[in-house]
Amino acid sequence: MHPAPSIILFTTLSGLGFGMLAFLGIDATPPMGLSALAFLVIAFSLAGGGLLASTFHLGHPERALKAFTQWRSSWLSREAWVSLLALSAMAAHGVGLVFLEQAWRVLGIVGAVLSLATVFATSMIYLQMRTVPRWNHWSPPVLFLGFALAGGALTTGRVSVALWALPLLAIVQAFAWIDQERRERSTGTDLATATGLGHVGRVRAFEAPHTGESYLTREMVFQIGRKHAMVLKVISALLFAVVPVVLLLLPFTHFLVVPAVASHLLGALIQRLLFFAEARHVVSQYYGRWDMTGMRGG
Amino acid sequence: MTSLPSHTDRSLGLVIDLDTCVGCHACVTACKGWNTENYGAPLADVDAYGPNPVGSFLNRIHSYEVQPETGPAQVVHFPKSCLHCADAPCVTVCPTGASYKRTEDGIVLVNESDCIGCGLCAWACPYGAREMDPEEQVMKKCTLCVDRIYNENLPEEDRQPACVRTCPAGARHFGDLSDPESDVSRLVAERGGIELMPEQGTAPVNRYLPPRPKDELPELDVLAPFLDPVAEDAKGFVGWLDRTLSRLT
Amino acid sequence: MNAPKVDTSPKVSDEVRRTTCYMCACRCGINVHMKGGQVAYIEGNRDHPVNRGVLCAKGASGIMQHLSPARLRAPMKRAGPRGSGQFEEISWDEALETAVSWLKPLRETDQSRFAFFTGRDQSQSFTSYWAQSFGTPNYAAHGGFCSVNMATAGIYTMGGAFWEFGQPDWDRTKLFMIFGVAEDHDSNPIKMGIGKLKARGARIIGVNPVRTGYNAVADEWLGITPGTDGLFILSLVHCLMKAGRIDLEYLARFTDAPCLVNGDSASDEFGLLLANEAGKKLVIDRRTGEIAAYDAPGVRPDLSAVHRAEGATHRTVLLHMADKYLSDEFAPEAVASRVGIEAGRIRAVAADLARVAFDEAIELEREWTDFRGETHSRMIGRPVSFHAMRGISAHANGFQTCRALHLLQIILGSVEVPGGFRFKPPYPKSATAHPKPHAGVTPGQPLDGPLLGFVHGPDDLLVDEDGNPKRIDKAFSWENPMSAHGLMHMLISNAHAGDPYRIDTMLLYMANMAWNSSMNTSGVMKMLTDKDDSGEYAIPRIIYSDAYSSEMVAYADLILPDTTYLERHDCISLLDRPICEPEAAADAIRWPVVEPDRDVRGFQSVLCDLGARLGLPGFVNADGSPKYKDYADYMQNHERMPGIGPLAGWRGKGDEHGRGAPNPDQISKYIENGGFWIAHIPEEAAFYKPWNAEYQDWAVSLGVADRPCPYLFSLWCEPLRRFQLAAEGRHRLSPPEHLKARYAEVMDPLPVWYPPHSSGEGGYDVHAVTQRPMAMYHSWGAQNAWLRQIHGRNPLYVPTRIWEAKGFQDGDWARLTSPHGEIVVPVAHMAALNENTVWTWNAIGKRKGAWSLNENAPEATKGFLLNHLIHELLPPRGDGLRWTNSDSVTGQAAWFDLRVRIEKIAAPEEVQPSHPAQMNPVGKAPDLVARKSDA
Ligand SMILES: Nc1nc2c(c(=O)[nH]1)N[C@H]1C(S)=C(S)[C@@H](COP(=O)(O)OP(=O)(O)OC[C@H]3O[C@@H](n4cnc5c(=O)[nH]c(N)nc54)[C@H](O)[C@@H]3O)O[C@H]1N2
Ligand SMILES: Nc1nc2c(c(=O)[nH]1)N[C@H]1C(S)=C(S)[C@@H](COP(=O)(O)OP(=O)(O)OC[C@H]3O[C@@H](n4cnc5c(=O)[nH]c(N)nc54)[C@H](O)[C@@H]3O)O[C@H]1N2
Ligand code: SF4
Ligand code: SF4
Ligand code: SF4
Ligand code: SF4
Ligand code: SF4
Ligand SMILES: [Mo]
Repeated sequence: MHPAPSIILFTTLSGLGFGMLAFLGIDATPPMGLSALAFLVIAFSLAGGGLLASTFHLGHPERALKAFTQWRSSWLSREAWVSLLALSAMAAHGVGLVFLEQAWRVLGIVGAVLSLATVFATSMIYLQMRTVPRWNHWSPPVLFLGFALAGGALTTGRVSVALWALPLLAIVQAFAWIDQERRERSTGTDLATATGLGHVGRVRAFEAPHTGESYLTREMVFQIGRKHAMVLKVISALLFAVVPVVLLLLPFTHFLVVPAVASHLLGALIQRLLFFAEARHVVSQYYGRWDMTGMRGG
Repeated sequence: MTSLPSHTDRSLGLVIDLDTCVGCHACVTACKGWNTENYGAPLADVDAYGPNPVGSFLNRIHSYEVQPETGPAQVVHFPKSCLHCADAPCVTVCPTGASYKRTEDGIVLVNESDCIGCGLCAWACPYGAREMDPEEQVMKKCTLCVDRIYNENLPEEDRQPACVRTCPAGARHFGDLSDPESDVSRLVAERGGIELMPEQGTAPVNRYLPPRPKDELPELDVLAPFLDPVAEDAKGFVGWLDRTLSRLT
Repeated sequence: MNAPKVDTSPKVSDEVRRTTCYMCACRCGINVHMKGGQVAYIEGNRDHPVNRGVLCAKGASGIMQHLSPARLRAPMKRAGPRGSGQFEEISWDEALETAVSWLKPLRETDQSRFAFFTGRDQSQSFTSYWAQSFGTPNYAAHGGFCSVNMATAGIYTMGGAFWEFGQPDWDRTKLFMIFGVAEDHDSNPIKMGIGKLKARGARIIGVNPVRTGYNAVADEWLGITPGTDGLFILSLVHCLMKAGRIDLEYLARFTDAPCLVNGDSASDEFGLLLANEAGKKLVIDRRTGEIAAYDAPGVRPDLSAVHRAEGATHRTVLLHMADKYLSDEFAPEAVASRVGIEAGRIRAVAADLARVAFDEAIELEREWTDFRGETHSRMIGRPVSFHAMRGISAHANGFQTCRALHLLQIILGSVEVPGGFRFKPPYPKSATAHPKPHAGVTPGQPLDGPLLGFVHGPDDLLVDEDGNPKRIDKAFSWENPMSAHGLMHMLISNAHAGDPYRIDTMLLYMANMAWNSSMNTSGVMKMLTDKDDSGEYAIPRIIYSDAYSSEMVAYADLILPDTTYLERHDCISLLDRPICEPEAAADAIRWPVVEPDRDVRGFQSVLCDLGARLGLPGFVNADGSPKYKDYADYMQNHERMPGIGPLAGWRGKGDEHGRGAPNPDQISKYIENGGFWIAHIPEEAAFYKPWNAEYQDWAVSLGVADRPCPYLFSLWCEPLRRFQLAAEGRHRLSPPEHLKARYAEVMDPLPVWYPPHSSGEGGYDVHAVTQRPMAMYHSWGAQNAWLRQIHGRNPLYVPTRIWEAKGFQDGDWARLTSPHGEIVVPVAHMAALNENTVWTWNAIGKRKGAWSLNENAPEATKGFLLNHLIHELLPPRGDGLRWTNSDSVTGQAAWFDLRVRIEKIAAPEEVQPSHPAQMNPVGKAPDLVARKSDA
């Protein structure tokens, strides 16, 4: 899949933002006043900014409100609603924290749940795509939530939580990378089922319908090289987990949270880039480009 | 209406004969011509005369090489447009309701004025049947020529999709696949019409008729009597000729 | 849930204007839907005999052709060096006066210094009439490099050819065999026919080194080695004759198989057919055992007759065939390795043909009477049919290969019978019913007769006393005597070399000679720009009519811009290449469904004007005033013979067809009828046409023929034998010494096979061919925004054997070398391909700057032509001569004899050779195309 910067930014930033909001919501001893304001501004700009970024990839952002209509069936629509509710709940909670120095626990917990539900809804947009086996897998919700929580913990200064969450996330991510591959390999879809010609013999794409590009080849038939992906995976894990953990374990932790967050964010962005760039859409079968990463087509 | 109808009155769709399609691309440009002038925004082409032209098309022709266990490789031309799936994932993912499946005939359409151009439906379609228009930025897909098949301004015989009407080889058939008595259903039954990617669970309406077996010219011994020599050389041939001619008249 | 309301009955258009498509020579009927005075949508005309409503990819995107950014806008004169593309727009008056100032002196002194050649011209009866009036011997259309082998082999053998001049009986045939066809001129009818066969479950055998398109849907594919079809076909003939599976009735009645061949080796007519004083061929009548004219009433020709007279033994053609084809040299085992098809499969094909032809024969209960006056109660059909095109004809052995194929279908009795191959009027028409070629130039006067035609022996050649060619292209000379369509591919190189003489002005019409219409394209581009010692161009003046900014435009001195096909009158006439069906005569028109929005004029109208300005007979009235206002006026009022004009329908007062006085309302009648006219052949006349008395009378009544002229199919091609006799010294004239041995080999009166002239010597052991893409028409397609997305570049397809041996991978490039040059191109793998053959799509590659495309368009950076590797002359052989790369009989360009070497090389920036960009005189194309006519 084409790794559109707007979507990478959207899912990463909003995930982190909602993760922060979740921690702010459940916090029994939350920051108050100005310090609450600081956290909330950061969290809201990440969550809101992410959502805003997502509209950049819309053909018609001016019609974005229409996306609220199909909550019965569409995860994107649900995401829109839940994010709106989460932001509203957390805004109200925030008013309490900043201006009234009041922590309304129930509201906070509701806001936290809605924030995580938003991240979940986002992840479900991907999980539901049977067309993209890597996504049609347990991993998107687990990873999206994992990044939200670990990142949220880190950014809200929960060093002890972050210290075990980040390594755990790295392990889960590593396992996900491996298991996604397995999922992709075991998809029942190949050129034989795509064309129905498997009973005749071994099918190979001969001529594409067009010599130039098309929306499909640009959007769906994109793939990153295998070696490239491996290197990026290592860098990503180093940045989102190892470096922050090392920084957090160093003395003077307080000052190092900022570089730790920066490193984590960068690593998360790379992770998200890979999430898209590595994902193969079954339509690439039709173009004979399912197997273009390193391995030659059969 | 993002939710799928539980039932459609008819299931209109195409039956494409892979044994007959010669890969001429006529249906591609006939489709582009009709749909540029009709339903929704024109199908645009950007960088139209430049190094990297990209336009939206609703129907495209792939071609595949198939290598059987024995015998020479075969080439199959493979037209592909929307299959108007019964369980269309493109519809259920749509956040705006722009994508919907019609109850009366099962046609899957995009209401362009509601489309936000998010592209999710194209992601959800396993067949590559949806393309974002590069200029209008709304999702484009085969309409099954909904503005032809019921069009009272067209003569009765022309109320069929543009691609079907133009196909020189007659490889495309249009009809109601929910009616077992329809011509298209009969063809599917007779020729063992198949679904594409059944494992994707989309329950496509369109069917493909597989190529007939090829390169199976009967082995000579079966036909041997037909080619028994009557003569080994010119002299023998004259003898045979005389014998045969005397029988002729 | 309430779905949005969709308007399922929108208004389709304000008006439908029915005319004829022009994106190729198929000439389908189209319905042009107009909205607000603009072309909105084009679809096929269901009533039209050619396409019955269907359209191909090109036709259905005609709107993009009509709106092309490459359309020329006004007459232009060259403003920079040739080839640069720099031009200055001028007025029509200046353009026409310039042309007159160049042409008039030539007409008054020596018309052979003028050459007029046209490309895929659909008005050849008109352009040739103009040329004849002008008086030049130098005129031809593109047939000579296209498929003259196919046309002439058919006409000399059976009075009609494949091409678009006939077609299988699609409704009845059960086995269809197609040789070397990717697309052909009968583009839609072939597809419709294949569709009919498929719907009935009838079988198709494809013979082609490449398995795409028609060959992909064929039930059986024979991936033959290029240039060997003749051998394969004669092996089928061998098997069939050996098994006695031939149609003796048919051969005896309708062919020259029973005709007696002069066996008197002392005679000057040795090897010609015996004939009586009236010129009628002689047979032995089986009823009497006596010699008789073949067409004597009731005669039963004896196929096995041997006639002894005056010490000589004369045997029938069939007996000669037995001598030749029963020989072991044609046994499947003997040919298999050369043709690349196993012996068993060859036998199986022969057996299958025989089985279907004879054991599945069909009969129609239709009475008919033959030319001997005999009435037959039924029509017997042999439901096997054949079609072939350039794959067998564009080889140096193509004429004889095409003849071999006709021989095959004739011995199966499957021509002009139900289920077999059928002619379309004006065919059948025997070779002798065609005119002979002329080259008699008298200054200031028309030529002494029609320019092109059919020669029947050395006496008909266009050579002077010393044997030198009279025509610039050397057509009808000893080198290629039976070149019925001329040799357009030799025009520029001969004119450049001043061989046989220099010319002054060349007028070209819709022929992209500076690009894909030429062999040796880079060389031709140079010839067009070469200057002589005096600093003048070697070809001093070039006038060109194109409608678009093509490669050739850049090489002209004066441009006469044409309209697009929707903006002009045109005439698809029974006098040249009509749109007839086996069951009907038909012709058609184009008419301006929109007026041009540029300062352009239909070329034919311009010729009418030029003809008048030059005072050409036929183009001026007695008082010297112009005879025709424009081409439409000519179409309605010109008479070739009294009562016969370009259009056959609605003559006289609108109630006469075929023959009749000119009708001033004729064109409006055509428009009313959908742009065409059709007259059906009576049922009893619909088969056996060459011998069917009722058909012959019908043809005369319609003006397709002057008088009934039934004839026999010529398995024995006497004109060939006459050339051999000349080479044997038995004729007043004789060919140059170096040609004599070749005449003995290739001019055999019975079909033979010989290897193509370019051999695989020097390690050039890979065959290289091209195919027409169905969605593109030569060079025109690239300016079409829709089509160029389908074919914007072309790879070289490489078979598995070579792919693996050379270690190619996807994305690799190769250097392709021929004895003549090299190109560097991208490659792709293909398994369904003859293992010694590489191929690519024809004419996708473009010169930078042409066609209003961006200079970095993939057509110019990744698309390529094989033409750079193909020379119009063969490599020197040490005999001091440069033999042409053509068929020795007809001069047909041997495009597909190309042999190459292939090697893998590192990917370059772009294809090689890369020519500098030409300037585009019509300005930049838009970035966006998104047009709705009422928006
Ligand atoms: N779409 C489209 N239609 C066209 C044209 C076009 O440009 N585009 N051009 C028109 C013109 S001008 C012409 S002349 C016709 C030509 O129409 P075709 O005769 O179909 O010409 P080509 O496409 O050159 O196809 C030649 C075929 O012969 C095969 N071939 C090559 N060598 C051999 C051989 O030795 N034996 C056999 N058996 N096969 C061989 C090639 O693989 C190829 O399939 O098409 C006309 N129609
Ligand atoms: N390698 C290789 N080369 C080949 C062949 C092959 O098989 N292989 N085939 C050969 C054959 S058979 C042919 S026929 C040639 C064809 O080759 P070309 O002669 O290149 O044919 P076109 O592309 O038809 O070019 C004719 C010109 O006519 C112009 N034209 C189009 N419409 C109009 C119009 O309405 N009016 C006027 N005045 N001009 C118009 C076009 O712009 C173009 O410049 O190619 C030959 N070259
Ligand atoms: S028009 Fe018909 S034959 Fe041509 S590509 Fe389309 S389906 Fe195939
Ligand atoms: S083919 Fe694709 S676009 Fe069409 S209904 Fe099925 S899933 Fe939707
Ligand atoms: S692109 Fe349009 S039709 Fe497709 S899912 Fe988004 S809103 Fe719906
Ligand atoms: S049915 Fe209509 S919209 Fe669909 S592919 Fe055919 S022509 Fe295009
Ligand atoms: S075959 Fe195609 S391009 Fe040729 S005349 Fe017919 S519709 Fe036009
Ligand atoms: Mo041609």
